[in-house]
Amino acid sequence: MKQFIEKLSSKYDLQEVVYQRDNLVFAAISKENAIDAVTYLRDYEGFTHLVMMSCVDWIEDGKFQLLYLLNSPDLKSDIGLKVYIDRENPVMDSAHHLWKQVWTYQREIRESFGIDFPGSPRIEENFVVEGWDDKPFMRRDFDTHEYAQKTYFPRGNRKTNDPAEYMRKKLYPNQPVTAKQRKDDK
Amino acid sequence: MSELDLNKKTSEMLAKSEANAAKAEKTFIRPEDEEREVVAPDGSIIKVNPIYDYFSNEKPKEEKPRGGVVEKFLNWARAESIWVLGFGTGCGSIEIPPLVTPRFDMFRYGVQMRPTPRQSNAFIISGYLSVKTLKRVIRTYEQMPSPKYILALGSCTINGGMYYDSYSTINRLDKYIPVDVYIAGCMPRPEALLHGFVKLKQLIKEGKAEKANEYARNFDEYKANQKKIIKDWNMPDYNW
Amino acid sequence: MSIYVKLAYTFLGLMIVLNWGMLMGATMRKIGARMAGRHGIPFRQPWINLLKNISTRTIITHGVMYYMGPVFRLVGGVGLFLFMPVVFSGGVDGPWTNFSFQGDLVLILYFQMFGMLGMALGAGQGGHPYSAMGIARGLAQHAAVELPLTMAIISIAIQFDTLSIYKIVEAQQGGFQNWVLFTNPFAAAAIILAMLGALGHSPFNLVKAPNEILIGPATEYEGTYLGFMQSAGAIIHVMEAVLFMNLVFGGATSWIELIVKSFLIYFWSVFVGMVFPRFKIEQSITWFFKVPLVLGLLAIIIYMF
Repeated sequence: MKQFIEKLSSKYDLQEVVYQRDNLVFAAISKENAIDAVTYLRDYEGFTHLVMMSCVDWIEDGKFQLLYLLNSPDLKSDIGLKVYIDRENPVMDSAHHLWKQVWTYQREIRESFGIDFPGSPRIEENFVVEGWDDKPFMRRDFDTHEYAQKTYFPRGNRKTNDPAEYMRKKLYPNQPVTAKQRKDDK
Repeated sequence: MSELDLNKKTSEMLAKSEANAAKAEKTFIRPEDEEREVVAPDGSIIKVNPIYDYFSNEKPKEEKPRGGVVEKFLNWARAESIWVLGFGTGCGSIEIPPLVTPRFDMFRYGVQMRPTPRQSNAFIISGYLSVKTLKRVIRTYEQMPSPKYILALGSCTINGGMYYDSYSTINRLDKYIPVDVYIAGCMPRPEALLHGFVKLKQLIKEGKAEKANEYARNFDEYKANQKKIIKDWNMPDYNW
Repeated sequence: MSIYVKLAYTFLGLMIVLNWGMLMGATMRKIGARMAGRHGIPFRQPWINLLKNISTRTIITHGVMYYMGPVFRLVGGVGLFLFMPVVFSGGVDGPWTNFSFQGDLVLILYFQMFGMLGMALGAGQGGHPYSAMGIARGLAQHAAVELPLTMAIISIAIQFDTLSIYKIVEAQQGGFQNWVLFTNPFAAAAIILAMLGALGHSPFNLVKAPNEILIGPATEYEGTYLGFMQSAGAIIHVMEAVLFMNLVFGGATSWIELIVKSFLIYFWSVFVGMVFPRFKIEQSITWFFKVPLVLGLLAIIIYMF
């Protein structure tokens, strides 16, 4: 794997290189070079299979991180390329000319995070929810618990039981086992 | 942040959300469902609304049971032959195929699975119900002939279950459609499902399973609840 | 005997056939269930289903032709019964010979197709696209079934030089060796194979099976209409078995013999159905155009000379 990273670093600027296993390596690359690097890996180095494209919301740094995970069937190894884009104005180039299936991932990311991929086919259609008019729901500043309480008529008095504790109290009511359980029973 | 900045930020957010809401309302109706003018065969121009039901636009009516010995006899017949619609709405529908196997045979209870809502009189809501599925469930439920019964499986229909804080699953099922029997569990085992069927039969024979009439009586309230969470309503109000 | 007594006997016969049809259906399902190792439905289930279906409180309609489906099917079943001598006893004017007349063989063949045609009208008006697909497939398969069946029946008619079922049954009395099964084996073989398609069990039940495209033509029918169609189905099953019994297996001289023989004839198709999986429509049509057609042709050719 080292030779691919060296070839890539000679062309583009790579940060945060992590050799996780001997067939899995992650690297961070800038937004302008991302599609070039992915094309280079697909056409010249044999990483022809796109495993997935996912997104992480780093709200403290004000960035979204896109991950392109490529796999080479001949070498049976993976390369993950991370791309950081701005959180206030999230736009990224589309990769649908490289792999046809990427339009699904891009449609899902647009619905859940709000990142736009101009040019991707069927990008504006719904993916998971219909009739969604609030902010994109996978962002970390969207409080899903509060939204559910507000919209969906919650029934109060929720109680949760730890199954092991509950069964112990039911089956063996008079036998505390550890000091903590003795304390809890009081 | 100073107060002036805070006010400006909130007013910006409000303006953005209002613009979003206006844009959203316009985009929720598909272009083929909008009201438009078409040319009739005789040459005149008429206004047509594809969502409006021109055949019959009435609300459901309450059908009072006949009462007396006849109703008792018919309730006995309805209880001994429950035809369940084969629509698995959630994760609990994996507990329904075991009922057809020899171990938990449901045919000896008179319960059969039917493929169309027009021929079935019971509907099993199995587990969590997302807003997308709720729209289809309402359309299917209103197509069934009265008297109809709903069995709600799992704790997600009672108080949200383990998806109580999700952005797209409902918390209480009986705000949207009336429920006859709740079967608790996550998921209930097939024996629990059979126990639920026995309970339903008891209720039918006593004459207490008239929730279809309750749906007709409180139709406006149910419809308001449904429309509150289903924002892209593109079907008639009552899908008979 | 006077017309009123004859009508009373016919009505009584129809009621017996209806109840026996429902009981036979329940018995076949019970046998299938026992083969699968479970208890199966109770015997009284078809009657309870009928009661439940006619007691729904709301009913929908799609227009006038929508009623044609169940009505035509019931008319087909009752017509099959009215013009067939079911129990051969007491001569031509016996109590159970039901208005049969000289040319009734052709009329019976017509009534067999009647139910499907009515369903086509009703399913079309129902407006569901799956109903239309289901009935197109059903009609195609039925047309393929009718070909070897009609050839064998024509061969039997030529053999006995008559178009009246009564005369055919009369010629088969007097012992096993007079049955058409042994005197005209090719026609009997063609009928036994074509019978599988007419009675509608696996491998030819693509049209009616509940988990093929939403039960086909009967998708939009509910409540009372469904009750009509299911009781008509019960009558039609018994009368088809009685038709084949009259043509090939010597007819019945008492109700007990009719019950036993129709059960065994219907059981033949259920037996095949238990063992074989379902055919697709194009496979079933080509199947009928192979062996049964050749047998029917041979049956006609033998009796032409």
